[in-house]
Amino acid sequence: MMASSYNAKEEDGHVAVPVGGTIKNKKPDNTAFKQQRLPAWQPILTAGTVLPAFFVIGLIFIPIGIGLYVTSNNIREFEIDYTGTDIDDPCFNCSQSFSWNNTRPCTCALDFSLDHPFESNVFMYYGLSNFYQNHRRYVKSRDDSQLNGDINSLKNPSKECEPYARNEKAPIAPCGAIANSMFNDTLDLYYVHPNGTRIQIPLSKKDIAWWTDKHVKFRNPGNNPNLTAAFQGTSKPINWRRPVYELDTDEENNGFINEDFIVWMRTAALPTFRKLYRIIQKKNNMTPTLPRGNYTLEVSYNYPVRSFEGRKRVILSTISWMGGKNPFLGIAYITVGSVCFFLGVVLLIIHHKYGSRNNSADIPN
Amino acid sequence: MEQFYWVRRRWRQLISGRGLYSAPASQPTKSSPELHNTERLPGKRRTVVARHGSHQHEYHNISKGYHGNRIRTTKYSLLTFIPMNLFQQFHRTANLYFLFLVMLNWVPVVEAFQKEITMIPLVVVLIVIAIKDALEDYRRYRFDQKINNNIASVYSGKHQTYVDQHWQEVRVGDFVRLSCNEIIPADMLLLYSSDPHGVCYIETANLDGETNLKQREVVRDLPQQCSELTPENFHGRIECENPNNDLSRFRGYVEHPSKVRVGLHNNNLLLRSCTVRNTETVIGIVVYAGHETKAMMNNSGPRYKRSKLERRLNVDVLWSVVLLVIMCLTTAIGHGLWLSNLKEAPFLITDSVSPALAGFYLFWTMIIVLQVLIPISLYVSVEVVKLGQIFFIQNDKDFYNENLDSRIQCRALNITEDLGQIQYLFSDKTGTLTENKMVFRRCTIAGVEYPHEENARRLEVYEQEDEAMGRSQTLKSRTSAKSLSCKSLSCNRSSLSLQTLTGYPEEEQEPPSPTLHQQSPFSSPMEKHVAPDRLLVQKLNCLSSPLFLLRDASMELTYIVDFFMALAICNTVVVSSPNQPRHVKVPEVSPTKLKSLDEIKMLFQRFGLPRFSALSPPHNTGSPRSFTRKYFTRRKATSFRSGELGSAGEPGADELIYEAESPDEAALVHAARAYGCTLRGRSVEHLLVELPGMGSLAVRLLHILPFDSTRKRMSVVVRHPLTNQVVVYTKGADSVIMDLAESPKSAERSDSMQGHIRKQTQKHLDDYAREGLRTLCIAKKVLEEEEYEVWLKHQVFAETSIENREELLMESALRLETNITLLGATGIVDRLQEEVPETIEALQKAGVKVWVLTGDKQETAINIACACRLLRSTDHLLTANCGSKGMCETLLLDLRKEVERREAERGDATDVTSGFAMVVDGCTLDFALQDDLKDNFLELSQHCRAVICCRSTPLQKSQVVRLVRDKLRVMTLAIGDGANDVSMIQVADVGVGISGQEGMQAVMSSDFAISRFKHLRKLLLVHGHWCYSRLANMILYFFYKNVMYVNLLFWYQFFCGFSGNVMTNSWVLIFFNLLFTSAPPLLYGILDKDVSADTLMKLPELYKSGQNSKAYLPSTFWLTMLDALYQSLVCFFIPYFALNGSDADLLSFGSPINASALLIILLHQVIESHSLTWLHAVVLVGSALFYFSFTLVFSMVCVTCSPPSNPLGVDKLQMSEMHFYGVCALTTVLALIPRLLFHALHNTISPSNTLKAAMMDQFNPEDYCKRMQRWNQTQAQTNVKSLITVEHSDIMIPNCDFRLPEELKEFGTPSSPVLS
Repeated sequence: MMASSYNAKEEDGHVAVPVGGTIKNKKPDNTAFKQQRLPAWQPILTAGTVLPAFFVIGLIFIPIGIGLYVTSNNIREFEIDYTGTDIDDPCFNCSQSFSWNNTRPCTCALDFSLDHPFESNVFMYYGLSNFYQNHRRYVKSRDDSQLNGDINSLKNPSKECEPYARNEKAPIAPCGAIANSMFNDTLDLYYVHPNGTRIQIPLSKKDIAWWTDKHVKFRNPGNNPNLTAAFQGTSKPINWRRPVYELDTDEENNGFINEDFIVWMRTAALPTFRKLYRIIQKKNNMTPTLPRGNYTLEVSYNYPVRSFEGRKRVILSTISWMGGKNPFLGIAYITVGSVCFFLGVVLLIIHHKYGSRNNSADIPN
Repeated sequence: MEQFYWVRRRWRQLISGRGLYSAPASQPTKSSPELHNTERLPGKRRTVVARHGSHQHEYHNISKGYHGNRIRTTKYSLLTFIPMNLFQQFHRTANLYFLFLVMLNWVPVVEAFQKEITMIPLVVVLIVIAIKDALEDYRRYRFDQKINNNIASVYSGKHQTYVDQHWQEVRVGDFVRLSCNEIIPADMLLLYSSDPHGVCYIETANLDGETNLKQREVVRDLPQQCSELTPENFHGRIECENPNNDLSRFRGYVEHPSKVRVGLHNNNLLLRSCTVRNTETVIGIVVYAGHETKAMMNNSGPRYKRSKLERRLNVDVLWSVVLLVIMCLTTAIGHGLWLSNLKEAPFLITDSVSPALAGFYLFWTMIIVLQVLIPISLYVSVEVVKLGQIFFIQNDKDFYNENLDSRIQCRALNITEDLGQIQYLFSDKTGTLTENKMVFRRCTIAGVEYPHEENARRLEVYEQEDEAMGRSQTLKSRTSAKSLSCKSLSCNRSSLSLQTLTGYPEEEQEPPSPTLHQQSPFSSPMEKHVAPDRLLVQKLNCLSSPLFLLRDASMELTYIVDFFMALAICNTVVVSSPNQPRHVKVPEVSPTKLKSLDEIKMLFQRFGLPRFSALSPPHNTGSPRSFTRKYFTRRKATSFRSGELGSAGEPGADELIYEAESPDEAALVHAARAYGCTLRGRSVEHLLVELPGMGSLAVRLLHILPFDSTRKRMSVVVRHPLTNQVVVYTKGADSVIMDLAESPKSAERSDSMQGHIRKQTQKHLDDYAREGLRTLCIAKKVLEEEEYEVWLKHQVFAETSIENREELLMESALRLETNITLLGATGIVDRLQEEVPETIEALQKAGVKVWVLTGDKQETAINIACACRLLRSTDHLLTANCGSKGMCETLLLDLRKEVERREAERGDATDVTSGFAMVVDGCTLDFALQDDLKDNFLELSQHCRAVICCRSTPLQKSQVVRLVRDKLRVMTLAIGDGANDVSMIQVADVGVGISGQEGMQAVMSSDFAISRFKHLRKLLLVHGHWCYSRLANMILYFFYKNVMYVNLLFWYQFFCGFSGNVMTNSWVLIFFNLLFTSAPPLLYGILDKDVSADTLMKLPELYKSGQNSKAYLPSTFWLTMLDALYQSLVCFFIPYFALNGSDADLLSFGSPINASALLIILLHQVIESHSLTWLHAVVLVGSALFYFSFTLVFSMVCVTCSPPSNPLGVDKLQMSEMHFYGVCALTTVLALIPRLLFHALHNTISPSNTLKAAMMDQFNPEDYCKRMQRWNQTQAQTNVKSLITVEHSDIMIPNCDFRLPEELKEFGTPSSPVLS
């Protein structure tokens, strides 16, 4: 039988003869699997079988939608645009004169009032519009190992950072376009007491970045507590006014682990986005975090957006278990739920009209 | 023996006298132009000399270029594997596409992902295929090793004896000695056989699967014929053809040192990998070794066919390319415009690239990003799915044949789904529709019909027995002497039952050992035991009666004796006896028996005309008297009773096993045996025949002119043992023999006699054909010595010429087979295989048009067609027989008009039961296949439910299939079992071979090999249907999946400045297609089951959905695309609106999109699936879990990896937020609603037949039966309608059946009182 290997039927080598077949008997095993008789659920989608699903979806989605909508509506959110496009805007002047390397900050102040008190913790965001942080080449323009404290990458930034990898000969830390274009406006919030005094509202810059980013992904180079020494031999990004080790005085928030920097480095998904700037902690249960009244927002206007018709905003918002204010999800749930319910009714009618006939569909008489 | 030497002497004298084979130097070239020609073409021949013989010094020069016997079927070696395999793999377009993408990603300006990431798909595909290739190659390597290290006994010059060597060391020119049952290591010229007649038997089962023995002869005229050959003494120089793959041809000559040339032919060649049987020792010289052997050269790889669905698929892949280009262009233009509107922005990396150029770069980037749109992985998946489908087809126990212990063989691996789309079926008749178990039924001799009534009854009994047994008769092949003795009584009717009774238990006792069957094909007891006709027996008895000398009676008797003589010897049957398996038992012939018997001699003389006396051979001495006495005493002893005809020889004669190349031959030999005319043995030069009452006679075999399909006959030339005349016995198709039979005028004395015989025989032949019997005519011719010698010269010349041998042999045969005397004709019955009518009926119901192409007579064909319900009694039969092309043309037109007229008449009448059936004969077919008539022919054939082409040649068969396939653009299936069907099987879209009695040629060239015709039913209706719908659905799903996912990326471009960015980690992006969503569609493609097998078998109509490509129409494709578009819109924009303006970062935005895309894709499959088993559940849930756990783990451990889109913390955070789940749930539900709704509405309002059948599956058995019946009633009505539609549309296949049940229901109910 050896020579039977020259038999073309074996030679083609593909005949998937299962191992089960022994030499003496090639009879296939009579198993449910091999004979394709595995017990199976055969879903036949007809109006009759599908309509319960539609009703169930409708009945589940509508309450969820209402819940979401109510939750979203309970969120207090206040937004103020300080781009200064109009000549009347307080920040118009600042927006006109722009240079990345202005040494003297241009400041402007915006007054606004809150009609409702903000009860729980308030999150203060800055928002940018028409800012394509998600541009492919922009997104790529960073060096994660450098940011993770890798000494080697500190000295030799990845070529992804080009053309922001080196300034003259010195490597830029942090390198890349993202870091280079970091948002650098400073925002201060004052509560204008009815008696006219301005009380600065304490803004917490702690915990504005993700825990994993702050503690795992971003690290200062070396174990050197002296950041100046650690960043020795590197250059600051071109658009920055101060080097990275002078971003903050707090040692825990300086260098690569500066939370403002980390937040900026997490590139936004869409051209209109907000980023967490500060958190206003609730002091106690008695007083609201931000009471009703007048406020002043003092902006140190550094960041240019006019060139690409961008907008800058400040957003004050409380959050819920579903995140920030967004009525869309609630409305969408309600709509989908209603549509499902409606379709369920339609199917019910169709089922009554055709279904009974269908049961005898193959029997014309 | 004496005679044998004499012939050889004569022959040698003859050739040396003419000098035909003397040295070319002394030979004038004019008489051998062939030889001369060949010498001028040295490149086309090879010379072989013995390695250790006298030509040793030349040996190395000559055989330098010849291959050794080592074989290597592997494609790669260890070193070359990687480069070679890569080279091979990059021949595929799909891989080139991947490679192109990888290269593109290396261009810095268009780089979309990290370099390694774009390489992943390519690497994965390459590795998977490389592993598969490596394993296959390793298996081949192991096989090669095993083969190469086989041991053969090879003559060693050093040791002066035969030593054991590995096969791989055998070289051309080596002498190899083989014993019985050894496998032949290389193609060798047979130089010596231990058989005294210089023959040897080989079994070619390993080569072509034929299990019968083939006889090979020692090269004639070697000096050391009888003593064991000593290689040193072999001085011959062998000239032969260069290696080629023609198994049945070998030409060359041996030139002896004396410059005498001996012709070589195929019968001298022992082929590699055949087995030596029945011969103790053979010695041969290797002429072709290793890869140059015929066996290896015939070894071709698997067939590659492209299925219809795949062609459709390629079109849609092109559409995907178009879509891709459109999307990339959109993005590119968008990017250019976006850039030109921006002046300066901190997020822009300023370089001096113009917006237009940036757009151009982006185009290529987008091609990388959206690469998934081209479903390259689909090709790999399709292959995997087909392998899975084939696994299930091969494991179907319904295709298992217990008798042969064989399953279905799937030889083509990539056309499973074509099985579900067959529209035309072309079937061979013999062996395909019928058993090809030829059983002698009746005969006519000299114009007298012998109806063999007992034989008919006997066959009926067997038939019943068969049905009762279920197991076939093959196991009975070794019935012992006991049943033989029973058979000898079988003239009495009562003995019939006796026989069956005794035959039965014996079979029961025998353990079922299927191998037995293979040992002796064509010899089940049904075929072997022929009950003789009483009248004929009586007449044969006359041989012993005093009336023996009556002129007329004895005249007839000579016919009868000659007739059976012809049956017994005019064949190539190999005889062996079961006691010594596969060992020929040729009893030595005592010379006394050869001496003639006066009376008998006279008898033959009378018939053979007076020439005999003139040429009494010189050796015919001895005492006739003594023989006469012997004869008569013997006759008395055995007392020629009818009952003992079968075992007329020694009592308890050992049973003989006849192994024939065709079953007809075996049947005839068995028939002759029943009348005491037994073939007892065969050697090259002799046939040992036992004649009634005369004992064994050695018949000197002079020539065999083998059967071929052009001559349609075979002849043997023998020297008659009794009259010593040279007699030609011819056996062949009735049409040719009747023409060749001498015309009454030429014969002087027997003119009236012959004329009468001819007339009567023709009448009987027609009767036989009407009965569905296969007919063969038997004729003989007595040659005068001079005549014979003249012919012999031509024949010898033809045999020994190297070029044009076939033509010369044919010419020589034609020269001999003229003016023959018709003896009679036989009718052989070939039973229908079981369940053939049911199968044909089911296939016709399934909308498959069945054509039968047969070489049989028209009447036989029609008869069989009726028997297998291809034709119904109500059918209008259109017969087309015409002699000229003009006639054919008018006939076709007439028939068409006729058909159209009748159809118009029938238009309103509901006479569905009758259709048209066309019967065409071979001659007419020839005309009809010509260019100007074939359209007419096809048009006509389309009106017919069945077409039968009889008397068709293999070439015509393939022409018909090709015509129908190409002109009508339909899917064709050809099924056949014999070598004559091979061309047809190869031409058809799907070729099915029946592994039956006639060897393996059909199987070897087929795509699927089954053992019974009835298997076709399940193969097409169930597996074909499943495979098609599974694969079609899977392909659509694949397209959907890719488009849906890729569009998500596309929509994002509108929000990232058309910059080619993606919102997903690139690993997840690549793995999404490669890992997370790859297994479910595979399972879907392998296991999905829309309707149960039972229902599919019972409702053949369901097959039509595949025929009309219902599951995969262009409209379905575009509908699926549209759905994919919608789903991707939902899947993108719900998260978009939910997160717009929030602080979500790139990956946090992508995370819910990805997750919901995965859920949508998986649930979409649940909606599309027709059946879900626990395997589906495991794979679906597994895929989802895999995705979520992968992203989760990835987001926790990947700190700096995957730089631009580092996922650290993203998914962990996302999955801890309610918002994520809220978005996913909404997206998933909203995306799937339309499809769910569409299915629900479609299935409710206008359910397809398939769906209705699936619904039936869910009822309990009683309901199921009821509904099944009602369905069939409905369908009967539907057929009325569809038939009418066919008539109006010319070529269109009716694709209206989809809606028909509905229509019927609507207006059929009131207006059809028939059913209510």
